[in-house]
Amino acid sequence: MTPTTPADLAGAAYWLPIVMAGVIGLAVAMYIVLDGFDLGVGILFPWFPQEAQRDQTMNSVAPFWDGNETWLVLGGTGLLVAFPLAYAVIMPALYVPLITMLLALVFRGVAFEFRWVAKPSHRPWDVAFAAGSTVAAFCQGLMLGGLLGGIRVDGDHFGGAVFDWLSPFSLMCGLGLVVGYAFLGACWLVMKTSGGVEQIARSVARPLFVAFLAFILLVSVWTPLAFQRIATRWFSLPNLFYLSPVPLLTIALAVLCWRGIRGKQPTTAFYSAVGLFVVAFIGLVISTMPYLVPPALTVWQAAAAPKAQAFILAGMSVLIPVILGYTVFVYHTFRGKIRPGEGYH
Amino acid sequence: MDPNALLLARLQFAFTISFHIIFPAFSIGLSAYVATLLVLWKRTGRADFHRLARFWTKIFAVSFAMGVVSGIPLSYQFGTNWAHFSAVVGNVIGPLIGYEVLTAFFLEATFLGVMLFGWQRVSPGLHVTSAILVALGTAISGFWILAANSWMHTPDGYQLQGGIAYPVSWLRVIFNPSFPYRFAHMMTAAYLTTSVVVLAAGARYLSRGEFESEGRIMMRMGVGMLAILGPLQLVLGDQHGLNTLQHQPAKIAAIEAHWDDDGPADLVLFALPDEAAERNRAEIAIPHLGSLVLTHSWDGRFAGIKDFPRDQRPPVTSIFFAFRLMVAIGLALIAIGLIGVFLWWRGKLFTTRWYLNSVARAWWLGFVAILAGWLTTESGRQPYVAYGILRTEQALSPVSAATVATSLTLFVLVYCVLFSIGIYYIQRLIWRGPKGEAVALPEGLPNRPLSVADAPTRESRGQTAKPPGQAQPSPNGTATQAVSAAPAPASAAKSNIEEPRQ
Repeated sequence: MTPTTPADLAGAAYWLPIVMAGVIGLAVAMYIVLDGFDLGVGILFPWFPQEAQRDQTMNSVAPFWDGNETWLVLGGTGLLVAFPLAYAVIMPALYVPLITMLLALVFRGVAFEFRWVAKPSHRPWDVAFAAGSTVAAFCQGLMLGGLLGGIRVDGDHFGGAVFDWLSPFSLMCGLGLVVGYAFLGACWLVMKTSGGVEQIARSVARPLFVAFLAFILLVSVWTPLAFQRIATRWFSLPNLFYLSPVPLLTIALAVLCWRGIRGKQPTTAFYSAVGLFVVAFIGLVISTMPYLVPPALTVWQAAAAPKAQAFILAGMSVLIPVILGYTVFVYHTFRGKIRPGEGYH
Repeated sequence: MDPNALLLARLQFAFTISFHIIFPAFSIGLSAYVATLLVLWKRTGRADFHRLARFWTKIFAVSFAMGVVSGIPLSYQFGTNWAHFSAVVGNVIGPLIGYEVLTAFFLEATFLGVMLFGWQRVSPGLHVTSAILVALGTAISGFWILAANSWMHTPDGYQLQGGIAYPVSWLRVIFNPSFPYRFAHMMTAAYLTTSVVVLAAGARYLSRGEFESEGRIMMRMGVGMLAILGPLQLVLGDQHGLNTLQHQPAKIAAIEAHWDDDGPADLVLFALPDEAAERNRAEIAIPHLGSLVLTHSWDGRFAGIKDFPRDQRPPVTSIFFAFRLMVAIGLALIAIGLIGVFLWWRGKLFTTRWYLNSVARAWWLGFVAILAGWLTTESGRQPYVAYGILRTEQALSPVSAATVATSLTLFVLVYCVLFSIGIYYIQRLIWRGPKGEAVALPEGLPNRPLSVADAPTRESRGQTAKPPGQAQPSPNGTATQAVSAAPAPASAAKSNIEEPRQ
């Protein structure tokens, strides 16, 4: 096994894993934000009773969902590339929620096309879209909870049992992520739609906002109480001062978001909701680092050979900016509100 | 290691990847076909090219969606079921898959949005470019995944330290010995497969007497592609075989059911290989032809199965039959192409009933050949998962048979239901044909929002929303029909604004 403490490492072996962890963190953050709103739109599907409203909500994400989901693939393969040991431990450990999530994503993914081809008998695909999105979000929360809760590692492989990830904490994370994604989806719909859809989205956004903030608070209290290392990370001096921007930023964004939802600033609401997610994600990273698999594997222990990391990093430093560039281009192409009855066609 | 868990995990991977490969193979070919049609339309302005491009785009969208969702489970299965594989060869294989995501997946997924939903949002030039980028993305994806797969067959450019493979030369990892052959063979297979589907659809319309102009274009393009790519594939397959003989002789011995290297080899046309007795039953063989095919000489020799210890032999029976199925289909495709070209030359391609009727039923040939070919090559690598480096049974994750059995059952259930429905939808779209613009938008019908696959209404709608001068397809074809569907552009624009809110 590779050395445990960073002090033993020099040069590339020290900083490459940190940079790679940053890149994978970026991919995961991109995924949470981008697929977050389109899963959220799926979660909210049942709140829109009419076919035309459902068409409109689905159309608001249809050009983007595929690109959004690709960040999940990058997260998964990035882990395999850069941290094969973490990949080989995490995947079997989270087998059940992971496979369930993938199957749920299959259902909601095909619904995007099948629902239109099937019309007028498209009802089953409405259900597939809504249920698939909800189950996928819930499973992602379970995985997050399972990972934060810790994974047992024996030597170089997963040493626990099939249902180790299941705990009150992971169930709470599952629920929290469903609520969070639904909230993000509601803000997206407020920004992208008009008429009846926008009104419904606006009315569900408020309770979802309150519930999402409650979950953020709950996680912030629960994790330091349950895990000593997280309490030390946040509440020891001088960390308390250095890390104080995280809660302060959360409060500022929450205020901004609330005003956006109440007032007529749909763009502000959505972007500050995205900001809330990003800050929450950074908070979790601060709690866990330098562990990839808490409390067993650090980024250095799980790292691939420097040569493998350097090879992929060289490509990433060129390709990720290009990918971000054309992602922005596509969002720009399909910018603005869509009207009721209008598809992007 | 639990032998049941191993068997189930292998079954799960074989099942999910076999289901998956059908769709990328079709998407690789279809995206190139749609891009070609759009380029032709852009250069000629002919409405039938545009109608065809839109028609096949709808089918592409359904197929691509199934390819994406069936592909995501694969990239995670390396970890869930084959964790030790990831740990041992992750340093080498991982970056190749990483590059596939970075250079191909994002490109195709992102520009797919423009390609599917940008018909009215972006300029025709940008739209055509998006279609080309999607086609390029699918081909780049093939490049990386075949580099990774080829490395598992003929690993190169690495070194083993403590049982773990470390990269030494990335060029040699990517361009490993079997890669150029496998890549050329598989891409050609993908384009061939799609050509057969296009040809079959065209023949179906012509035998039904519908969509004549589109049907003829499809048939000409399909026959042309088959006549060129079919024979080319034969040459590529031959070269690939020679390469395999050099690097994986056990696989070739199994393919040929060639037990003993005791003289010039027969070509076994049919046999029932008996692996326990190490001989063939009911064998029909042509002397010397095996040597001729594999060594390109009359008396050439190559290793027999008995030259390999039993624990290093791949299974013989399945490989033997799968390979013959693939070759038989390949020869059938060459025949379809050459007969088609002959009929075309005689001016009877569109009127020869027996040809139209049989070709119309042949759409599935390429898919079966691809599955048979993959079964041959992947089974032929056994008992290794990474040839000479890691045996399959050592690659397994610490998972229990019960866990894998559950997930396998779920995958089988979900895939069978969802993908049968998907294939049914594709069949239905093809059956309905490239109607597109010819369908009028009924007055007073609430305008339903539209999707990629919801053609008739959207086509007319898209046209009416544009002033006639900007109507995208050529003014003499489509646009006229569209305008006649709505009395005048002005009123069309008006009806768009007043569209009933539901």
